[in-house]
Amino acid sequence: MIPNSFDYVAAKNLDEALSLLSKHKDDAKLLAGGHSLIPAMKLRLAQPQILIDISRIKDLSYIREEGGRIRIGAMTTHYQIESSDLLRRACPLLPEAATHLGDVQVRNKGTIGGSLAHADPAADWPAVVLALDAELVIAGKTERVIKADKFFVGLFTTALDQGEILREIRFPAPKGRFGQCYKKFRHPASGFAVVGIAVNLAVDGGGKCESAGVGITGVSPKPYSATGVESALKGSALDGKALTAAAAHAADGVNANTDLFASGEYRKHLAEVYTRRALETAVSRAK
Amino acid sequence: MSEKYFGKRQKRTEDPRLIQGLAHYVDDIKLPDTLHAVFLRSIYAHARIKTVDTSEARKAPGVVAIYTGKDVSAKIGAVPCAAALPELKVPDHRVLATNKAYFVGHPIAVVVAENRYAAKDAADLIQVDYEELPVVLNEEKGAQGGPILHEQFGTNIAYKLTSGEGDIEAALKSADKVLKQKILNQRLAPIAMEPRGVLARYYPGEQELTLWTSTQIPHLARTQIALMLGMPENKLRLIAPEVGGGFGSKLNIYAEEALLGWIAMQLGRPVKWIETRRENIQATVHGRGQTGYIEVGYKKDGTVTGLRYNVFADMGAYFQLLTPAIPTLTGLMLSGCYRIPAIQINITGVFTNKMATDAYRGAGRPEATYVVERALDLVAAELGKDPVEVRRKNMPAPNEFPFKTATGLFYDSGNYEGALQKALDISGYSKVRDEQSRARKEGRLIGIGVSTYVEICALGPSQAMPAGGWESATVRIEPTGKVTILTGASPHGQGQETSFAQIAADQLGVNINDVTVIHGDTAVVQYGIGTFGSRATAVGGTAVYYAIEKLKEKANRIAAHLMEAGSGTVTFKEGRFAVEAAKATAAGAPAAASAVSPPKQVTIQDVALAAHLAKNLPPDTEPGLSATYFFEPKNFTFPFGTHIAVVEIDRETGEIDFQRYVAVDDCGKVINPLLVDGQVQGGIVQSIGQALYEEVVYDDQGQLVSGTLMDYAVPKAAHVPWLELDRTETPTDVNPMGVKGVGEAGTIGATPAIVAAIVDALSPYGVRHLDMPIKPETIWKIISKGQQKPGAA
Repeated sequence: MIPNSFDYVAAKNLDEALSLLSKHKDDAKLLAGGHSLIPAMKLRLAQPQILIDISRIKDLSYIREEGGRIRIGAMTTHYQIESSDLLRRACPLLPEAATHLGDVQVRNKGTIGGSLAHADPAADWPAVVLALDAELVIAGKTERVIKADKFFVGLFTTALDQGEILREIRFPAPKGRFGQCYKKFRHPASGFAVVGIAVNLAVDGGGKCESAGVGITGVSPKPYSATGVESALKGSALDGKALTAAAAHAADGVNANTDLFASGEYRKHLAEVYTRRALETAVSRAK
Repeated sequence: MSEKYFGKRQKRTEDPRLIQGLAHYVDDIKLPDTLHAVFLRSIYAHARIKTVDTSEARKAPGVVAIYTGKDVSAKIGAVPCAAALPELKVPDHRVLATNKAYFVGHPIAVVVAENRYAAKDAADLIQVDYEELPVVLNEEKGAQGGPILHEQFGTNIAYKLTSGEGDIEAALKSADKVLKQKILNQRLAPIAMEPRGVLARYYPGEQELTLWTSTQIPHLARTQIALMLGMPENKLRLIAPEVGGGFGSKLNIYAEEALLGWIAMQLGRPVKWIETRRENIQATVHGRGQTGYIEVGYKKDGTVTGLRYNVFADMGAYFQLLTPAIPTLTGLMLSGCYRIPAIQINITGVFTNKMATDAYRGAGRPEATYVVERALDLVAAELGKDPVEVRRKNMPAPNEFPFKTATGLFYDSGNYEGALQKALDISGYSKVRDEQSRARKEGRLIGIGVSTYVEICALGPSQAMPAGGWESATVRIEPTGKVTILTGASPHGQGQETSFAQIAADQLGVNINDVTVIHGDTAVVQYGIGTFGSRATAVGGTAVYYAIEKLKEKANRIAAHLMEAGSGTVTFKEGRFAVEAAKATAAGAPAAASAVSPPKQVTIQDVALAAHLAKNLPPDTEPGLSATYFFEPKNFTFPFGTHIAVVEIDRETGEIDFQRYVAVDDCGKVINPLLVDGQVQGGIVQSIGQALYEEVVYDDQGQLVSGTLMDYAVPKAAHVPWLELDRTETPTDVNPMGVKGVGEAGTIGATPAIVAAIVDALSPYGVRHLDMPIKPETIWKIISKGQQKPGAA
């Protein structure tokens, strides 16, 4: 509850943030909404020398649809996503997932980019960006784009290098007939996901599955795309039997987390049940 | 007494300041030049402390002083334990660890610096050379030997105590059957919203120490801390400012309180310590912590012949104020609301390498109720009877009160059947049972749990209490007619600023807004006992009532004098004294002799002014208008009720969903139904916590793994179902208002109902009992195992 002393600087724009970051290197931490970093600092689990506040950079906070793609600035708050008319229409998975995140205060301050870069193994957004097969745009000395499934490396670890800032999340706007769903089993203490399942289905004219994205969080040290589920779904009739069969692959080959509340075995079981339920809801929404 | 306010849903006068953030908790009190203290605490559960090197820390910027156990042990008395039990082994509990650390969080040193941050930075620089020792974590195993905590005792057994009446052996023998069950009552953390905090200021000229501390017992704390510091009690002013909840955890005397006072005296500057949440979970008392074995003898018709409870009670490493006494309260309440001819409790109190246990909302009684209610359910299950039928079979009838139990208590009043019937009616019990069996056929798992409880409140007669069981009140009417109540109780969320004002406003016929209730400052309020054990209203409120009656006698004499009437001829109604014509004639009161005829009526405000101006008082009357009353109750009170929980279990995941929650509580007469509802709701929520979520967990090294609120699950709003609350009202004759107390009813009545509902839902799988907290995974395992067996469920 009593952090170390640290310096604070609010970056005015992305370039300033990048140059501060390259100057202070490991001594610096980027401050977005602060809902993961500040608690860690209060327990002295994180002890940065300097905080570079990027939450005030207006250019990093936006939700746009351009050329068939949806682009979300990294400093967009959970609440902005939850309340976005554009997303409610074009990609309701995001607003739905946002309602599962923390509480109103957290959603008002916390940002999607901050959450993704923190890579908490039980955070909600990672499952969502995996299901959407999103691209993450990373600013640095040179800008690069990385697929969501390459972004999460491990427990609290991402593909971000020192000196880089996650700038944007972008993905193709769902087209035609699609169904999405986020389902979550909340940890009773933390509210984080014991399991969190994000589903993004595209359905063809014949009612068959054209493509499927299934992102899973909370189950293993890093969020993952349930590729076994996705490939089982593709081309299937999306009937009850197909969904159950596909969902059985939700935790294939996963080394599941164990904590005081739930063992790895139980988590894997929950992953299957919640995947099936999320698929059922997504299919029912694919009108 | 008019009942303009009594019984009304009066909104709390406390709330506007709380809601607006305008209240003053310890941390809101700012004094110039205040220093800040941070504690270095043991990172091991059991370790010899070889050296504590503070040399680097002393050099850190902003550091003013550092004290270790060696510096203070001889100067500050031991942390007190007020429980007196035969052959009790009382460890020497110093304010800082000296030779050994006994639990994770045990304070070893305190750093005092110009601010909290500097103090914490310096505390991180202190080098402690530990020699780790083997740990004792389980109370049952600890009793059987292994490593010893307090070597001077040669054992970890702090005490053994047997109590109860009736021939238990004969009772069990005479039974048709005897069933046995191991029952756990897990350790819980009270988690008051406001953690502990202390601010100490010493004026060397006046030799006066003022301590602001977040406590439930300001006067008892003053006495004990003065003794620890070796200073005159009347030179220590102790103030409990706004206190953000306690649940029993602040019914205590803590090392930090005395130490902060001592430091302020050494340094001559104010010093403040505000507990972090992590410290709060480590080093504020825990509750419950019992491993027990029950034996119940019963007849084929469901009559219980005897109950034995052999219990290992987890004391933790040291005693706090009431640690060893808590399990004895379990013993007192083992009869529940039943006629059980023979009861025996055998307590083994055991030291473990954990924080001390002590009072936590209910304090020993939730454990007792849980034991009895589980026992009745087990009997019902064994006999294939409805749990309601078995309960009815064993309940005393309303005309059997006062009812004597085999635990030595006399229950004051009760109508257990009445509350049960009302709860059954509200829930539509038989209909719910029908739905349950229909649902089972569809493969759904619905369970119904019924708990009928009685609790012991209004603690209590002084004979039964370690340090006085009375409560005090002073009521003053100021010259302007405003009413001031000084109560020795110390409300910290219960709302007595409102309910005591309701009492006074009705008795004195004044507006409730003209009444102010003051509490918590030992320099302002006469000695009192404090708020715990659902006592503040039944004992403290009664003191207010009697003080006002006393004050009214004097006011009546003054009023009669002002009206030139005989005092026997004066009536008092809605704040006005008047000469009752009939009585005046009968008494032959003198007709107006003076030229100006005396007033025919005077208000209580007129009387108050006259009492202070003192120009026209009856002969030999003291000026002023105040009265003090110390109320000694002749018995405890015994509220009761019935709670019914209906749950549905998700067969696939084991998740528990409340379908209904019905509670009918009887706390005697109700002063403010809004406050009573709030108390019951809060209590039920904490019961949901114990039944489903909460558990203080130490790993096998004694590390506290549930050490933050990210791991320790206090129920959130989303975990709480709609609560259908109702009441029956059976007054007590222990006090004139007929009030019993309701602060702990929810935590006592609800836990067994919730557990019973889950067990009932899982009964098709042969489940008879489950230990708390009942997690979805546990249920899932039962169901998935059951489904592997052909024919099950």
